[in-house]
Amino acid sequence: MQVNGYKPKIVAFCCNWCSYAGADLAGSNRLAYPAEVKVIRVPCSCRVNPMFILRAFQRGADGVILCGCHPGDCHYTSGNYYTRRRMALLFSMLDYLGIEKERTRVEWVSAAEGAKFAATMNDFVQTVTALGENKRLEDLRCKK
Amino acid sequence: MQRIGVFVCWCGSNIAGTVDVVRVAEALKSEPGVVHSANYQYMCSQAGQQLIKDAIKEHNLTGIVVCSCSPRMHEATFRKTAAAAGLNPYMVEIANIREQCSWIHKDMEEGTEKAIVLGRTAIAKVNLNAPLKPGESPVTKRALVIGGGIAGIQTALDIADAGFEVDIVEKKPTIGGKMAQLDKTFPTLDCAACILTPKMVDVAQHEKIRIFSYSEVEEVKGFVGNFDVKIRKKARYVKEDVCTGCGLCTEKCPMKKVPNDFNLGMDNKRAIYIPFAQAVPKIATIDADYCNMLKNGKCGVCAKVCTAKAIDYTQKDEFVEEKYGAIVAATGFNPISMDKFDEFAYSQSKDVITSLEFERLMNAAGPTAGKLLRPSDGVHPHKIVFVQCVGSRCSSCAEKGKEYCSKICCMYTAKHAMLTRDKYPDTDVTVFYIDVRTPGKQFDEFYRRAVEEYGVHYIKGMVGKVSPEGNKLIVQGSDLIANKQLKIEADLVVLAAAIEPDKSARPLATMLTASMDTNDFFTEAHPKLRPVESPTAGIFLSGACQGPKDIPETVSQAGAAAAKVIGLLSKDKLTGNPCVAQSDEMMCNGCSSCEKVCPYGAITYVDKEFRGPNRTTLIRRVAQVNEAICQGCGCCTVACPSGAMDLKGFASKQIMAEVDAICK
Amino acid sequence: MQKITREVLIAKADELLKNGTVTKVLGLKKGEFSYDQTPTVFTDIESMKKDFVFDDFSGANFSKYLVKETKKGEGKTLVFLKPCDTYSFNQLLTEHRFDREKVYVVGIACDGMVDIKKIKGALGDGVVSVDCSTDTLKVETLYDGVKEIAKADVLAERCRNCKSKKHVAYDELIGEDGEVVASNRFDQVEELEKMSADERFAFWQNELSRCIRCNACRDVCPACTCEKCVFDNPNSGVQNKAAANSFEEQMFHIIRAFHVAGRCTDCGECSRVCPQQIPLHLLNRKFIKDINGFYGEYQAGEVEGSRAPLVNYTKEDLEPSEAVNRGDK
Repeated sequence: MQVNGYKPKIVAFCCNWCSYAGADLAGSNRLAYPAEVKVIRVPCSCRVNPMFILRAFQRGADGVILCGCHPGDCHYTSGNYYTRRRMALLFSMLDYLGIEKERTRVEWVSAAEGAKFAATMNDFVQTVTALGENKRLEDLRCKK
Repeated sequence: MQRIGVFVCWCGSNIAGTVDVVRVAEALKSEPGVVHSANYQYMCSQAGQQLIKDAIKEHNLTGIVVCSCSPRMHEATFRKTAAAAGLNPYMVEIANIREQCSWIHKDMEEGTEKAIVLGRTAIAKVNLNAPLKPGESPVTKRALVIGGGIAGIQTALDIADAGFEVDIVEKKPTIGGKMAQLDKTFPTLDCAACILTPKMVDVAQHEKIRIFSYSEVEEVKGFVGNFDVKIRKKARYVKEDVCTGCGLCTEKCPMKKVPNDFNLGMDNKRAIYIPFAQAVPKIATIDADYCNMLKNGKCGVCAKVCTAKAIDYTQKDEFVEEKYGAIVAATGFNPISMDKFDEFAYSQSKDVITSLEFERLMNAAGPTAGKLLRPSDGVHPHKIVFVQCVGSRCSSCAEKGKEYCSKICCMYTAKHAMLTRDKYPDTDVTVFYIDVRTPGKQFDEFYRRAVEEYGVHYIKGMVGKVSPEGNKLIVQGSDLIANKQLKIEADLVVLAAAIEPDKSARPLATMLTASMDTNDFFTEAHPKLRPVESPTAGIFLSGACQGPKDIPETVSQAGAAAAKVIGLLSKDKLTGNPCVAQSDEMMCNGCSSCEKVCPYGAITYVDKEFRGPNRTTLIRRVAQVNEAICQGCGCCTVACPSGAMDLKGFASKQIMAEVDAICK
Repeated sequence: MQKITREVLIAKADELLKNGTVTKVLGLKKGEFSYDQTPTVFTDIESMKKDFVFDDFSGANFSKYLVKETKKGEGKTLVFLKPCDTYSFNQLLTEHRFDREKVYVVGIACDGMVDIKKIKGALGDGVVSVDCSTDTLKVETLYDGVKEIAKADVLAERCRNCKSKKHVAYDELIGEDGEVVASNRFDQVEELEKMSADERFAFWQNELSRCIRCNACRDVCPACTCEKCVFDNPNSGVQNKAAANSFEEQMFHIIRAFHVAGRCTDCGECSRVCPQQIPLHLLNRKFIKDINGFYGEYQAGEVEGSRAPLVNYTKEDLEPSEAVNRGDK
């Protein structure tokens, strides 16, 4: 995905049990999505600290997406329920501070949903590309 | 500083087709910490693994990154490879350049660049990896089964047959549970006692099984493989090892007006009693609420007639402490109270009864010796109305009923209707239902027989009101198919009361740190893939305490729980997952946030002494993680505001390093 | 309402020190000016009679001091708590931050505290002293002599939007206990929500860029009682000391607000102490408002032992995507 030579940086946190497996399935089925998406594997979506998301923005990420098991299907039974609350509050706060809300997203992707993983990433990259570079949460020192 | 080796796999053309592996290996050479970089056609092959092993030794590597397929595929393989070469297996990281790179990208340049970033990210992580060692804990090779119904009996028998010792704790004076109260069982109509009591005898005679009857679990400490359980043996005022179960005392006791709970209060027992003839253990128990000797010291008849001298009025509750490796909850269910269902006149008329009471009325050992007689006047009923879903599937009346389907009522109501028509063809039987649910082997056939062969009237609709009028019950209901209101004059109304978990389950769950749903059913570790395990390691679930179940389902689940217990007990040592949470006591506030979000109850708090300023000591409350219980989800690490809690293998610093490497 | 005076509190402290109920008293002493007050520990009544102050500037929330003070020596600490302070007190107890047995709480009724910045804003700098004995404050100024100003006009922001006159924890009360009151404390948050994202960004850019990372907000906050702050912890990956860039100010304040979300009692101390007058309470109130809207009304500290919303969940909670689409203009 490229608009006037601009390629966004996208960090995707994926839980090991559902979403990372879903990403693998997308690969096995050769379902393409942009190379700008780089996945970080975490045991559970609830391992993702809001600080990691802010850190990604600080270091120049243009979008951060967090994928976990569907509510009710968490490998650890309740992790993604906590993720849901944490991210609802964090995203609402970022929006309140005037950060474009399209730059953050939570998506539930099961191990069987390779197609959903690819479609989600395609859509997310498209949205973030349209927004352009992350200016509001950038740390200029990190861009040098 | 780490000495890192990078190994880029071609995976034939799977990776090399879209990723320039030589360029990736070359580019990663200059990353911090990397001292060796190689590429090979098939890294997972024996030759590829040998290449890694040789490099580890030759270059004194302290960590390796394998750029290959998904870690879900070969992480375990490469960890073993590293271990074989003397490297800690947790110093291995995988960069997934196949599923998440070469397979989804077509452009060689794009694929190669992404592979370099993914490799760099894995290197950044390995730089912060530390060798991890899984914790080991011994296993006490004994199991505790809480609840002695059919679920507990089956679980205990299966575990004991595999050669492990099992204790059953049953709060009632006898095992047998609800099944012992049933008359016939669907869909085969064999008699419950005929199939249950031999199993009860098996339990009693099994050399590996001990029964703590009339006992309750008082306290549970420890964790998987190492539980310490305190059991309260309630005083039954009869010496268990002396009583022969002859039953003479239960005939001579002058206190005759004690409601018989085994028959749901429909007849009386004595103050000293044996619940039923086939009770196991067959030992008398004194009901302290009714015994005159215990209440005011006057009587003592039972002691006089007991030739074995088993009566002991001075008995006190006793406590037994035992060790177990695994605990099975099999606490079962109860029908809900009908007190709040005034519309069915349950508390106004003796002839409105629950299905379990009907079960006792039909039972040869029941209060009417198996004759179907109305509780109010002992007259044979000619018109019976069964009402299904009383309190089940009750979303609008959550304060008195249950939202869920109780699952067994459709089938037992069909059974009751069929048995009634079979024994008393002159009795007319009507069943009101919302839906008839028969998803089981031979279930629908059974229900069809009730309708087609036995002429039971099934009416789709709910009963709105039951009102006693003279010696009749006026049942008002709606027929949704004929779209009309009905008024039926009945002699007996039977309510299929919803079932709920036994009240003892909630406090037990707290003791076991096992989680429960909003209805107080135990939750499974995974609803589909781990249905007989609780999320708390070492706690297993058997029978209706996990959700409504019929007998065949309960027995199969009981067997499954036993298989899981046997699997656990056959290990000498438990090796944990080393990627567990870890609390930095110097930074912990003791706020309990982590403890609250932990799905496994792995976090406890201790008051610990710390050095304060000026040679003082400070006592601080700090979190401690039990590595044998922690499953490594990391939820606590985010709940912890101070960052005292971290996750080994996925530490905050490591994840941040990955973030930085990607965004570089 | 009974006016709580310095003398009433000294008499109470004298009584409790004499009968051995407490061994020390947390209180304020006068600084350079009467309205500059510093928290201190009194161990005898003489020093209290000499230095102890209490007037409409004595707004400090003492609950946080108990974390450290209760760990020092034997005996109980006497603390005077306003209604809003008792919420912080309860929240700290919920988090096991101190031993309840080592504290003696005297609840004091409160009709609002005064903000010196507002007085100076109205009358100019050079305020020498303020007499708060009546609802009309007598302000002695350096240049214009004594001036009068209505207390209602210079109430601290948090008192203007007081949420409760009720003490949720105490051993004894001076004055009558009040009730939870209806407040308009979310009005400003709502105004911000109604703005466009650009306007909001501009607003916060302006506010947060003034931050000098003095850490006063963190140091005063009764929810920020970590043994070691995550921003001081080298293992957290976010350790940093001073603001070098606008990002870090944002990051610091977002993370701080997130860490106290569901635990913040809205006592308003952060904004009170901010030397740059950044309305930090508007960050906390956003979380409180969202929590109330998303997960049902929850007042941190109201019930001791209650489970904070971020360590709780229901299966029906809203999705993060739904959260940001609310109040969207």
